[in-house]
Amino acid sequence: MRIWIEKQKHLIDFTLASLARRKAKNLGLLAIYTLLVFVLASVALYTHALRVEAQKVLAGSPEIVLQRLIAGRHDLIPPGYLEKIGRIRGVQKMEGRLWGYYYDSVVKANYTFMAPRDMKIERGEIVVGPALERSRGLAAGNGISFRAYTGELHTFIVADVLPETSELVSADLVLMNEEDFRAFFKIPEGYYNDIAMNVANPQEVRNVAIKLLTTLPDSRPILRDEVLRTYASIFDWREGLMLALLSAAILAFGIFAWEKAAGLSAEEKREIGILKAIGWETNDVIKMKFWEGLLISLTAFLVGYVAAYLHVFYFGASLFEPVLKGWAVLYPRFSLPPHIDGLQIATLFFFTVVPYTAAVLVPIWRAATTDPDTVMRS
Amino acid sequence: MRPAYIALLVFAILFGAFALTFADAARLRTLRAEGSATSAALVERLGLTDPVLFTEARYTRHPTQADLQSAFQDHPVAFEHFPSGSLVPPPAGLLKAYENLDRKTETPD
Repeated sequence: MRIWIEKQKHLIDFTLASLARRKAKNLGLLAIYTLLVFVLASVALYTHALRVEAQKVLAGSPEIVLQRLIAGRHDLIPPGYLEKIGRIRGVQKMEGRLWGYYYDSVVKANYTFMAPRDMKIERGEIVVGPALERSRGLAAGNGISFRAYTGELHTFIVADVLPETSELVSADLVLMNEEDFRAFFKIPEGYYNDIAMNVANPQEVRNVAIKLLTTLPDSRPILRDEVLRTYASIFDWREGLMLALLSAAILAFGIFAWEKAAGLSAEEKREIGILKAIGWETNDVIKMKFWEGLLISLTAFLVGYVAAYLHVFYFGASLFEPVLKGWAVLYPRFSLPPHIDGLQIATLFFFTVVPYTAAVLVPIWRAATTDPDTVMRS
Repeated sequence: MRPAYIALLVFAILFGAFALTFADAARLRTLRAEGSATSAALVERLGLTDPVLFTEARYTRHPTQADLQSAFQDHPVAFEHFPSGSLVPPPAGLLKAYENLDRKTETPD
């Protein structure tokens, strides 16, 4: 064992000396290789963390949201629907929701106005999301006016700002009293935007949704499962989109690495010939080249992955933010809790380290098994 | 020091950093758990359905709630009609397409 270890140490010594003879070429390869791993790992880490966080945060969203559609467009829920739904067995809790959008031409952003049932907000007061606090320079006690669709100006006092830690779900929210909301959007009493409900037995959610469709044929129930699936597919899609865009770079690197690894230069062939002539065995030459491939690819993988981790979880994935998050005037500032998918990292390792190490060995095996004299002369 | 030892030392450091990312991830998860918990509590309290990721249109702000006829949303390639997801920011001219008539009113917003 000691002899084997000592032999490997000597092989590594020799490999490093050999790599140092073609310093510029090998450092260039290492830099590009590391950059590629960095980009791929950043995309994988960021989208996975965002996907897990969205699933976690939305786990408590309403089990069913019931909308009313007329001619393919949303319409208000008229009075009487809540009573009809109340008669369906299995519906445990239901409430009409009041919410809508408001375009603020000052900052060219859309806000989400909402009249929460479980939060006491006085008339004339609003509670705003942290992004709104930033973009409009608001603070508790400040006044702000919004122009309603009727043209009237409504002035509100900011009673409170939602916690910054909840920014992922509350950045653009403007919460107000129900009467203020109805007066602002001119929504008559008894009408709602949609109905949120919970079902007594989670196994029965689908059955309740079917009953809802039978009782109210113009309605569209949206299940929590669908919400979670939508987000899973959005992030999968974004990750895929990013990788599709990167595929050209990956392919270019593949060609470059293959050319570097699979095509032996005259100098390398001469080196192998000399090694064989002075008594190295084919096995030793292959081991030496194996170390070369492993040293380069493993360094690239480890440096690229660690840099990607720092980039995503300490620097907010600043390089890909515009692509992965989308473009929006109001954007939440949030620090993602890291969720690392071991399988994803193992796949990245397998597809970055193994092919390169293997690609290095094929031509070497061919050159190392031929006669040293022929190799040196070719 | 012989080159093999330097290489082994570098690898030990890199493997250490690699392992440290998992330990650090666990630490950060605990540190940032408060944010997740606050968001989850707010979602439950207000009955929210979507994170605030893209605010430019109703079907990007609330993709799960948009009506089925919203532009392109049934096709993943054209998921977003607005610039979200594209690689370039919106052209400056696009933002100037509409006249901000509301700012010309006597009473400012």
